Amino acid sequence: MKLNIIVLAKQVPDTRNIGEQAMNADGTINRSALPAIFNPEDLNALEQALLLKEQNPGSRITLLTMGPQRAADILREGLYRGADEGILLTDRAFAGADTLATSYALSAAINKIGEYDIVLCGRQAIDGDTAQVGPQVAQQLGLPQVTYVRRIVTIEDNRIVVERSIGNGVETVAAPLPLLLTVDGSAAPCRPRNAYRLLRYHRAAVPSELSVGENGKKPADESVLKEWSLADVNGDASRCGLGGSPTKVRKVENIIFQVKESKRLTADDADIKALVGELLANHTIG
Amino acid sequence: MNNILVYCELNGNNVAGVSLELLSKGRSLADTLGVQLEAVVLGSDLSAIASQVFPYGVDTLHLFEDSRLEYYTTLPHTSAICKLVDEEQPQIFLMGATVIGRDLAPRVSSTLKSGLTADCTALELGDYEDKKSGEKIENLLYSVRPAFGGNIVATIVNPYNRPQMATVREGVMPLCKVRPDDYVGNVVNHNLADYVSDSDFVVQILERHVQEQKNHLKDASIVVAGGYGVGSKENFDKLFTLAHLLHAEVGATRAAIDAGFTTHDRQIGQTGLTVRPKVYIACGISGQVQHIAGMQQSGIIISVNTDPDAPINAIADYVITGRVEEVLPKLITFYQQKI
Repeated sequence: MKLNIIVLAKQVPDTRNIGEQAMNADGTINRSALPAIFNPEDLNALEQALLLKEQNPGSRITLLTMGPQRAADILREGLYRGADEGILLTDRAFAGADTLATSYALSAAINKIGEYDIVLCGRQAIDGDTAQVGPQVAQQLGLPQVTYVRRIVTIEDNRIVVERSIGNGVETVAAPLPLLLTVDGSAAPCRPRNAYRLLRYHRAAVPSELSVGENGKKPADESVLKEWSLADVNGDASRCGLGGSPTKVRKVENIIFQVKESKRLTADDADIKALVGELLANHTIG
Repeated sequence: MNNILVYCELNGNNVAGVSLELLSKGRSLADTLGVQLEAVVLGSDLSAIASQVFPYGVDTLHLFEDSRLEYYTTLPHTSAICKLVDEEQPQIFLMGATVIGRDLAPRVSSTLKSGLTADCTALELGDYEDKKSGEKIENLLYSVRPAFGGNIVATIVNPYNRPQMATVREGVMPLCKVRPDDYVGNVVNHNLADYVSDSDFVVQILERHVQEQKNHLKDASIVVAGGYGVGSKENFDKLFTLAHLLHAEVGATRAAIDAGFTTHDRQIGQTGLTVRPKVYIACGISGQVQHIAGMQQSGIIISVNTDPDAPINAIADYVITGRVEEVLPKLITFYQQKI
């Protein structure tokens, strides 16, 4: 069966690889110095979409992201790896959104796309690690959800069977289409860029990138990358951005560990012997 | 009314440890606020539940017992809980940050349009002043959570929407029994059919494979943990020798697991387990914040590292500067000599 697949993706700072250039003198992180990447588990989700497309010829993959203009980078990355089109949802009204306001905006965009069989997304993004947006989008679209998916087993007659991780084991579940799946990092890694697609799409751009006249770029195919605003998706501004977010950040602290007075020892026999003796004497061990 | 509600998840027919931890925290928050503590449990056989939760200070226990609830699925739990919240109007609603809690809580919060903070490491009560309106709100829930790969800690509040929802990681809140084991509070049996519709059962579980827990890291009073600095799988095996002698469990950092030194179920840290043993022996662990987030509440921390300035040394009680393959055999030998 031909499937219309929507993949939700987020551009995130690479919090896993914090190099020296991203450290401030006081030991805190300079967040703006971190490289912006395609959220890792969203790439796992894209791979599931690409596998489905291979098994179901004629299927179509739409990559949807919300973010500032530079997030168009991950849409191009998705095109290189096999997505058919990309949509950038961008508007000042979305700034400062918590997960509920984010999922509202994404749901409005998915409703505008209209026809879909499966919505796929990563389980969570590495900047917030909340794992909330997937289930919240499912709820707002009125779709069933299956989270922590590691493999799609079969899809036929509007019924999908998937394997999901449940912490201490694996569950195989069946559900009707349409539905939303969140894919975790134990799923197959995403295939690399395709050289032909890289050549074909490296000039693809969203309209606002063209209007600033960046290198006079012209899209190879005007229809592959789209850009939607709040008005384009008929969104309600009061449910978006900071104002539409029930949760507020009260305080942010950089982690600075409380330094203990530590006893310094060498690896010499005498030191280790004394340590073991001390720990035994005060019943810490033994 | 406006009590504290805790969703208790099940392991088989027993309440999960994380849920009992949340009841303990919920009880102390309820005492501060002068309100009651309520718990909700859904399952197919709840006969053993009451005696498990009442000692932790539950005042009212809501039970949904139905053969269709043998295993957790999202939609029936969401429907039942959203309606129960509508009826009970709790001001705070807590769940474990487990596979179940992280599936259910966002769905519930989206239905209720209430705010949700994920994976909290602390819950406190405090005041909040709305900078725009100047309005002051007392006794708001402060949900404290790490973000940005554990490099920052954010305090999140939910000033206007109720309930204030949070999920909390397993092992973060200490267990605290406050009532005798035979205490019986108020039990309310709900009829599931009044809360869910048949269409909530569209997702079917075809198969389940659950592995028995292979280690007891969470409950171990001594943990011997290794990082990338252990150097090799052969060296890492020495950790098991020491652990065996000390009746300890072996843990690892993500880097050590990625290097193939041991298995994933032993990962301690932000994306693994949170442990709070009496003694934590950190071997060849540099002390990335992601790892420290999972072990900093340990009683005594002993660090074995070649780098005298390894970040973990800042929180260690004993710092042994040396190679793991040199120090571990000595610890083993001297321990054997003394006992």
